[in-house]
Amino acid sequence: MRRPRSRAPRLCVTAASTALLLAGMTACGGPADSTSSPTTLTYWASNQGTSLDNDKQVLQPELDRFQQETGIKVNLEVVPWSDLLNRILAAATSGQGPDVLNIGNTWSASLQATGALLPMDDAVLDQFGGRDRFLQAPLAAAGAAGKPPTAVPLYSLGYGLYYNPKMFAAAGISAPPTTWDELVADGRKLTHDGQWGLAVEGASTAENAHHAFILGQQQGGSLFDANGAATFDSPQQTAAVKQYIDLMASDKIVNPSNAEYGNGTEAVKDFATRKAAMLMWQAAKTSLTANGMGSGDYGVAPIPFPANAPTGGKHVNSMVAGINLAIFGGTRNKDGALKFVKFMTNKTEQTTLNKTYGSLPPVKDAYDDPAFSTPEIKTFQQVLATTAAPLPQVPQESQFETLVGAAMKDLFADAASGRPVTTESVKAKLTQAQQQMPAPGH
Amino acid sequence: MVAVGHRPEHRHAAAPPAPRRPRGGRLLAGLRRNRLAYLLLLPALALELLIHLVPMVTGIAVSFTQLTQFFIRRWSQAPDAGFDNYRVALDVNAPAGRALLHSFWVTCQFTVLAVGLSWLLGVSAAILMQDSFRGRGLLRTLFLVPYALPVYTAVIAWSFMFQRDNGLVNHVLVDQLHLTTDRPFWLLGGNSFAALLTVVVWRSWPFAFLALMAGLQNIPGELYEAAALDGAGVWQQIRRITMPSLRPVNQVLVLVLFLWTFNDFNTPYVLFGSSAPPDADLISIHIYQSSFVTWNFGVGSAMSVLLLAFLLLVTAGYLVLTSRRRTAHD
Repeated sequence: MRRPRSRAPRLCVTAASTALLLAGMTACGGPADSTSSPTTLTYWASNQGTSLDNDKQVLQPELDRFQQETGIKVNLEVVPWSDLLNRILAAATSGQGPDVLNIGNTWSASLQATGALLPMDDAVLDQFGGRDRFLQAPLAAAGAAGKPPTAVPLYSLGYGLYYNPKMFAAAGISAPPTTWDELVADGRKLTHDGQWGLAVEGASTAENAHHAFILGQQQGGSLFDANGAATFDSPQQTAAVKQYIDLMASDKIVNPSNAEYGNGTEAVKDFATRKAAMLMWQAAKTSLTANGMGSGDYGVAPIPFPANAPTGGKHVNSMVAGINLAIFGGTRNKDGALKFVKFMTNKTEQTTLNKTYGSLPPVKDAYDDPAFSTPEIKTFQQVLATTAAPLPQVPQESQFETLVGAAMKDLFADAASGRPVTTESVKAKLTQAQQQMPAPGH
Repeated sequence: MVAVGHRPEHRHAAAPPAPRRPRGGRLLAGLRRNRLAYLLLLPALALELLIHLVPMVTGIAVSFTQLTQFFIRRWSQAPDAGFDNYRVALDVNAPAGRALLHSFWVTCQFTVLAVGLSWLLGVSAAILMQDSFRGRGLLRTLFLVPYALPVYTAVIAWSFMFQRDNGLVNHVLVDQLHLTTDRPFWLLGGNSFAALLTVVVWRSWPFAFLALMAGLQNIPGELYEAAALDGAGVWQQIRRITMPSLRPVNQVLVLVLFLWTFNDFNTPYVLFGSSAPPDADLISIHIYQSSFVTWNFGVGSAMSVLLLAFLLLVTAGYLVLTSRRRTAHD
């Protein structure tokens, strides 16, 4: 079948329609359409509860209360973690987005660099009770040092070692481990007959990256040098990553199947169903309850330290984890958005929501509530106040999580399939990740 | 073969070429004559441009900029990068270029296998289903189910089946058939390639089946009867009648399957998440990883443009080659 040759007229038509199209494009290139009026707000919440629906059930009564107080209706959308960053990026690019949104606090500096979020200078913070009302560590994880925070802390979290006292007692262990050597020794005693010492999410880039940071701090490593260049493959970081992978590779206290766990529920489930005796997690209470574990069935201890701290090692066993609340720069309802942030950070809401989610309030006045004096919360509070460090607040932070987390996922895959994990193989993977980082200043 | 390409050229009958008239004049005359037709085509053309060409041109433009998180809000002001992004993507001595090349080879091998297997399954099933028998309609419908299922649902079901501890695949292989004692991983390491291949072939062979089945309907039954009378066996009939008659269908089918498979993003993304294992690192997910997830949109666009150029080249080469061969046959 030969095509009739009619190229020339077609070209003309193309040109004509291009002109038409360009005219149309300039017409829609104007200011962003108003997505909200003064009486409504759009709020993107992150997934904090056991499911997206659970979050809606938790948040809707509070939003109704806000509407009663201010007359502003909040349209809630709970965005799963796997989509949140992409959605925010799309919103930043197009200028069309929510009015108020939750961000993972480790993204603060990255998102701050886009300029898409409203800076929270002192004048803004004063509306929420002033800078001093917030705990220091969570506020430090809300943007680069020396700049106004890009968000305010909403829920604060830290890493803790969840353990199963019954399984510990059955193995003849009386107290949770405080050093890594103890953790490995206990883990070996607890690993037998289809049960394992520790559960990890080996395919989760975020979990992997967080542990690379925490263990790296203990080894005296750092992820970026003073100029902002990545130093992922330093001897200290290499040792830290190897130590974490070795829990599966050489200590053999982690089920090799954990190498394919990555959706944030599987390791918790293994711990809740007694397939593993320990779990390093943040605020696992709601998920553990949902999996049928009562509050008496587990204990929480700080994550171990090295028995002898290496030179330069820091006394850190958690990152300052948490969720921040930000106002989208393109909002058409800035006053309403500020009112909403003020509402969400007030004492009542902070108490209610953090109690429900098992997280810590980042505002000091909420701690009067007895709910925050349980042993579990006390442990996390102690960790967050004394031994937690914020992840580097640099614009390339999210690249670090993605690249190093993915490298560790591959290393876990090696460990699970019995391929050797050596200092050289770990370093090679980290070097590869580091070389994919953009040079500082770009 | 049956005569194709002998359409009556009524174009000439309608407009005898006016001798010595300038080209532009003839053009305008043509436009005037078919004014209504072109006018009616205009909205479709405008939409085509808006939906396909504008994003492509934007992507090409972005590939020459340093578009990172610092500029996504004002992306038109991203600094000019010249050919830097292409240099990064093509420098096979640096990690980014080497990883892209690795991903490209994986994708090439994967595509050849996936398209070959899909076609083979499709053609076998279509030929076996050619003669009518009881239950043929039912089987045909059944074969089309994978193609009709939504991608996400189907692939997530496969990912559950491929799980190491609780997955159906290991349950059958290890617990029922006792083929191995060691439970293999399917979503990690070397087996991930086979797992991905299985899912992609499972999803795309029904399309090959559908297209070839339609092609088979057009072959006159007398040809087979005549061949049978002349003493041709089943294989000879397939080789000398079925295959040549299916040539036009195959030409399009293989091309479409190639493009779909080479570009497939959904299947590996749902199966492996945002970072695929190195053994099954298909190129579209690799580009996603090196642009969206690491906020380096300029490099990602440069890689996409290279992919586009490669696919265009292959498509053009394929069409030229297959058309020429067909012309030679005619």
